[in-house]
Amino acid sequence: MNIKLENIKKLDVTKPLKLDCGKTIKNFPLAYETYGKLNDNKDNAILVFHALTGDQFVTGNNPITNKEGWWITAVGPGKAIDTNKYFIICANVIGGCMGSLGPRNINPDTKKPYGLDFPVITIKDMVRAQETLLEHLGIKKLLCATGGSMGGMQLLQFCATFPDKTFSAIPIACSSSHSAQNIALNELARQAIMADPVWDNGKYVLKDLQPKNGLAVARMVGHISYLSEKGMQEKFGRKLQEKADYEFSFNADFQVESYLRHQGYAFVERFDANSVLYITRAMDYFDLSKQFKGGLVEAFKNQKTKFLIISFSSDWLYTTKDNKDIVIALNASGADVSYSEIITDKGHDSFLLNEPQFLKTLKGFIDSMYEKFKNEKGI
Amino acid sequence: MKNLKMKKEFKVIADLLPNNTRVLDVGCGDGSLMNLLKKEKNVEVRGLELSQENVQECIHKGLPVIQGNAETELHQFPDKSFDYVVLSQTLQAFYEPEKVLRNLLRIGKSVVISIPNFGFWKVRTKLLFFGKMPVTKTLPNTWYNTPNLHMCTIKDLFNFCDEKKINIKKVVGVNEDKTSIINKSNLEIKNLFSKVGIFLIS
Repeated sequence: MNIKLENIKKLDVTKPLKLDCGKTIKNFPLAYETYGKLNDNKDNAILVFHALTGDQFVTGNNPITNKEGWWITAVGPGKAIDTNKYFIICANVIGGCMGSLGPRNINPDTKKPYGLDFPVITIKDMVRAQETLLEHLGIKKLLCATGGSMGGMQLLQFCATFPDKTFSAIPIACSSSHSAQNIALNELARQAIMADPVWDNGKYVLKDLQPKNGLAVARMVGHISYLSEKGMQEKFGRKLQEKADYEFSFNADFQVESYLRHQGYAFVERFDANSVLYITRAMDYFDLSKQFKGGLVEAFKNQKTKFLIISFSSDWLYTTKDNKDIVIALNASGADVSYSEIITDKGHDSFLLNEPQFLKTLKGFIDSMYEKFKNEKGI
Repeated sequence: MKNLKMKKEFKVIADLLPNNTRVLDVGCGDGSLMNLLKKEKNVEVRGLELSQENVQECIHKGLPVIQGNAETELHQFPDKSFDYVVLSQTLQAFYEPEKVLRNLLRIGKSVVISIPNFGFWKVRTKLLFFGKMPVTKTLPNTWYNTPNLHMCTIKDLFNFCDEKKINIKKVVGVNEDKTSIINKSNLEIKNLFSKVGIFLIS
């Protein structure tokens, strides 16, 4: 990973932020990007929380990777989240590697990159850091906040921690706490990185190296969990990669192998291995009901935010049941909640893909919320 | 035509519900009733609906709706969390209508149920004279594809409530544009001339 991060938008967060682990960070960078225009009433702002390997470049061209933004299917001119109409904000999470404070940054105490000296962060820390951005942009209340996967977890945390900051919320394909299977998969990813000798207890950053092989395997684990069995079978089956028969070797004979290798090694160009450790740890520690005595219902007590929860039928990483548990808790707390399960074979990845039913639901909700929000503000 | 008739039933249901209450519409369809209740009675509405298409329609209208099956997913709503629970013409389609009904009575302080009346004279004559399962405007399906597993009459539901000690507060019979209050004394005749029965119970 050798990318230039000089020309991206950054907020210098001067206010000290006391982290869940007890340590305090201050004067730290929070990288972000915005799309569309904030209107005069400041009532058209939508905050997007990104997932584990996402970044602030939601749509258009990602200036760092020179590829399309990760949510170009949903966000853009005339799209479900219409940049002609709404002002979209997304920040890189702390612990990440796209400009916000992370383990690659210089530790002011040692004047060297943090590596594993970086404090362990939580989803709540990420969210509290991003909240400072709203103040900076002069937004008192968001029209909507949304995010899939870890983005959805951040959103749940955001709503629980700041109950008045958004009029509506769309957590997508997420969970209110990581299951044993979720933690196990993350541990697999971490162990892959740690098993790479280049990783060297995270000190590779001092040598300007990257544990590419370990990080690539970690990414492959992720990619398997983002697809469904059926989706994978339909996409790859037992098809061979540009060859007529088996090679009787350990090269990538099968298309699925070739796909995983490609995804794995493309990832190392844009992502930091230590960031994967920190962010997956934050996800594993996430347990919203643990934070509130009385559990999840208590977390959503007195919510004025209008929720739409969306799950995907073939998502086995954050299942329909995980998502429904959130709906049940919101219902029990008397919150205004809608829920839709999108029927698809595309697995967890569905929220990033062109899933017409999903995008239609997203658009319908946001547009109707905008009308309500305008009316409410008008009164 | 069908829409107008639907509206009549919804109008009766709306009239049964006081303003400014909390209402759960089980099997809310495309949200027509929820919209009516919200606009005319300032009711705080929630819907439960099975069909993805209808759920989307409700969301587009800005109506809060949960996609789910009333047969298996009513447990998610806490006891007495709504002033009223409405079930419009779906009781007969459940595998276990009694269980669903018990759940509705648990969730709502009161429950409004409407049923297509199998005791309506046209239904009776079709079976009597043609010896075939009745197909009418309110019961448009044939025997092999009907979702209606437990057809009943207004009298059946009336007696059922009596037997199960469910408190009947009001019963309204609907025939086209006409509505009438049904009680024990006119039950036989209203059971013959009402297409739809609407029960307010608790």
